[in-house]
Amino acid sequence: MQLTLWTYEGPPHVGAMRIATSMEGVHYVLHAPQGDTYADLLFTMIERRDARPPVTYTTFQARDLGGDTANMVVTAVREAYERFRPQALLVGESCTAELIQDQAGALAVGMQLPVPVVPLELPAYSKKENWGASETLYHLVRAMVGSAARPRPARDGRRPRVNLLGPTSLGFRCRDDVREVRELLASVGVDVHVVAPLGATPEQLATLTDADANVVLYPEIGQTTAGWLQRTHGMPVVRTVPIGVGATRDFLAELGAVLGVDVQPVLDRPASRLPWYSRSVDSTYLTGKRVFIFADATHAIAAARVARDELGFEVVGLGTYAREMAREVREAAKGYGLEALISDDYLEVERAIAAAAPELVLGTQMERHIAKRLHVPCATISGPFHVQDVPARYSPQMGWEGANVLFDAWVHPLMMGLEEHLITMFSEDFEFDETGSHLGKGGGRRQEQEGAARQTPRAAAIGASGSPAMPDAAVEDSADAALHQADDAAATAVAVAVAGPSWSADGERELKKIPFFVRKKARLNTERFAADRGIVTITVDTLYEAKAHYGK
Amino acid sequence: MTGTALPVVETGCTDAPVLKERGQREVFCGLTGIVWLHRKMQDAFFLVVGSRTCAHLLQSAAGVMIFAEPRFATAILGDRDLAGLADCNDELDRVVGELLARRPDITTLFLVGSCPSEVIKLDLAKAASRLSVANQGRVRILSYSGSGIETTFTQGEDTCLRALVPELPAATTDAPALLVCGTLADVVEDQFTRIFAELGLGRVEFFPPRRAASLPSVGPGTRILLAQPFLNETARALTARGATLLSAPYPLGVDGTTAWLRAAADAFDVAPERFASAIAGPAQRARTALARHRPTLEGRRLFFFPDSQLEIPLARFLSAECGVTLLEVGTPYLDRALVAADLAALPPTQLSEGQDVEKQLDRCLALQPDLTVCGLGLANPLEAAGLRTKWSIELVFSPIQGYDQAADLAELFARPLHRISRLKV
Repeated sequence: MQLTLWTYEGPPHVGAMRIATSMEGVHYVLHAPQGDTYADLLFTMIERRDARPPVTYTTFQARDLGGDTANMVVTAVREAYERFRPQALLVGESCTAELIQDQAGALAVGMQLPVPVVPLELPAYSKKENWGASETLYHLVRAMVGSAARPRPARDGRRPRVNLLGPTSLGFRCRDDVREVRELLASVGVDVHVVAPLGATPEQLATLTDADANVVLYPEIGQTTAGWLQRTHGMPVVRTVPIGVGATRDFLAELGAVLGVDVQPVLDRPASRLPWYSRSVDSTYLTGKRVFIFADATHAIAAARVARDELGFEVVGLGTYAREMAREVREAAKGYGLEALISDDYLEVERAIAAAAPELVLGTQMERHIAKRLHVPCATISGPFHVQDVPARYSPQMGWEGANVLFDAWVHPLMMGLEEHLITMFSEDFEFDETGSHLGKGGGRRQEQEGAARQTPRAAAIGASGSPAMPDAAVEDSADAALHQADDAAATAVAVAVAGPSWSADGERELKKIPFFVRKKARLNTERFAADRGIVTITVDTLYEAKAHYGK
Repeated sequence: MTGTALPVVETGCTDAPVLKERGQREVFCGLTGIVWLHRKMQDAFFLVVGSRTCAHLLQSAAGVMIFAEPRFATAILGDRDLAGLADCNDELDRVVGELLARRPDITTLFLVGSCPSEVIKLDLAKAASRLSVANQGRVRILSYSGSGIETTFTQGEDTCLRALVPELPAATTDAPALLVCGTLADVVEDQFTRIFAELGLGRVEFFPPRRAASLPSVGPGTRILLAQPFLNETARALTARGATLLSAPYPLGVDGTTAWLRAAADAFDVAPERFASAIAGPAQRARTALARHRPTLEGRRLFFFPDSQLEIPLARFLSAECGVTLLEVGTPYLDRALVAADLAALPPTQLSEGQDVEKQLDRCLALQPDLTVCGLGLANPLEAAGLRTKWSIELVFSPIQGYDQAADLAELFARPLHRISRLKV
């Protein structure tokens, strides 16, 4: 039994829903009680899907339990088949149905429907969403492709072609990544055969082996399937995930080697602005920015490389909630001199972020909220995400354009370099209003919000919380404002926990002369410095000794 | 207990036939009530004993409330818990201990049953009393069911309040006192409190209270006025403790609010003149504000998918006070006694109970209503099919009761219609 406040992943049957919803011509019959239909709104609201997920729920109730719940499965399967006429049916159980052991999948298989029926056994009490998605894709592909030997396709002078495996509904920026990778492949003369599961039909899955290789864009979802296709049908796999300029180059190099394609001309002229933007002198202020990264494994590993090697940040934390890929993330973290944080307890992540005192957090929606509470800039780099992370504009993470997007998305939350210089320059001016910053801490907007929070009847209340997947800015801001006091208490608690020594009046006065945007870091560093040395009272000298100690 | 003062429709829906359907339901389970209950009773904590699905549901329904450490959590059952109930109980004790250590500020802890906990027959009532003894005096520990196999959406509030009823202190006198039942936004409560004071009702309490530690009292003098139409079991439990249930419609719209207040006034023998003068101001300004939305809503054809059990009173408000034409009013569960006054004032219309969502969608699409009230799983797909929709969940999370919210309530329905008339893309 695990005490859980917020979760990074849903149950495994939600992963199966993501596969079914990604595809055309698939229907998923889920043996589940009333209430499990909540999962539909993840798709219709977060992704603004214009159609219901292709899922039928048997909807059993307590009074059915003594009776024939198995028959409800048979009825639901028959009606779903007749209504939706899918090319393939997935049949599985949610957590409660797993307990009543109706063997929904086996029942459906026994119905002799004229289409493939794929039974799904996704243990709800030990596994999670991404694993469920991966297993579902794997079993569906196995069912459609079969294990019988197939001839490898002849090249006959045609352009090489690959499958893109892993992009799903509710995956982070998958829609745009697929388009970007398509263009990237086209630039080296490689065609895309099938993209799976996003947009694929079961009939297309049956032709996967007609491609020359599989490209795994999201290992969490596509790795198992690609591994099986490699073992069973001898299909080579391209494993590099092309997020960032360096990884995109490596991806092209691996692709070229696997397919025997000359990618050098494209490698010689990488079509991303990131390298020049990072060299541009205004980016100097990005040097050594402390960044904390927590996400799914794919995006976390990729982000760390981009952060250090392409933006010149210092990676001070790296972790993932995806235990299935803990090994890869641990390995990556070593390269940054870090111990990876492998956890799905968001409070533990919050503690780790607070302790690392980063200047930028790259994470999921959870870390976005944590960062907001700690008043640290943040960008979302992975699921789970809110509706605002499904932008209308083209916004890939992969390929050349993806690298441009990363530069913008990660740098904008930080204060612009010139702005930083100006603030430093003017901070002693009596007319200077340091609350003008957009970053919030001690900012004017923040004070306004606190005022608003005091005026708002606590009541608006029941409503102010907003509802699923509708975090429009206004709702967030009011919720944010209402909770600021609690946040401050939390921030103080963190500070006190780290602290121990107390500040002399002189030390405190000197600290206030330091520009506000680095003051918090200076305070924490000085307190840590003092605590490490058993200094009880922090004087002006302690402050500068700490500065010298931590100075770059 | 007199009539309701609502204009009864001659051929009202009191005995109207109901289309009962069983099939896929597109509604939340009772766990969702935690989303508003934990904000109402800010010293209470809700611990769901369930699966990852339960945690994921709450998180999805609670949307943006991640800004604070929430006053609800899920004790997620794992394979080991399923292997033996003895261990499962030990684990629960451990998790509760962990939680209470983290949150010394909470005064009441609800152990909330879920589908899996009920299927494996984990006795949370017994666990609650065991843990209450172990935490003697420090915190009250209760249990209720929010499971999808037992409850639908707002029923979770009913089972929660029902669990609190035995904890209510006995009233020290038999003098009449009013107990308003059902979660209302604090701002609405305050408005009603002012009007009740004008009426000279004396002791008026609200249930659930703002602090779970300060529960209202109950006894033979207690007159129950339901502010929400889904408190069947709670009302019955209060009645068993000597309270009397007043017959009233629900305080939606101007007429609904007036009739609701009048039920209270009549029970306390408030003179008609005093009643009239107490409500005159608020009722008049509410009528003026509401009138602004009538042109948008009048004659519009409306279809309700089942969601919160608020559908019958809402339909009454929309048809009687906004001139809306009702095509179908679906509700997850129809308790004719609890919505008698609103039913009687409803013009003849198709009522449906339960759900077979595919068939209901077929009916809805065939009728092409001007506005469809439905859950978030259906809203965008119906919009894409060319219909205008109103998310029903907002009707549960927003302050909509009372005079000063009457126009806000109408506006919630008018907004999608206004919006579509503005868009030129």
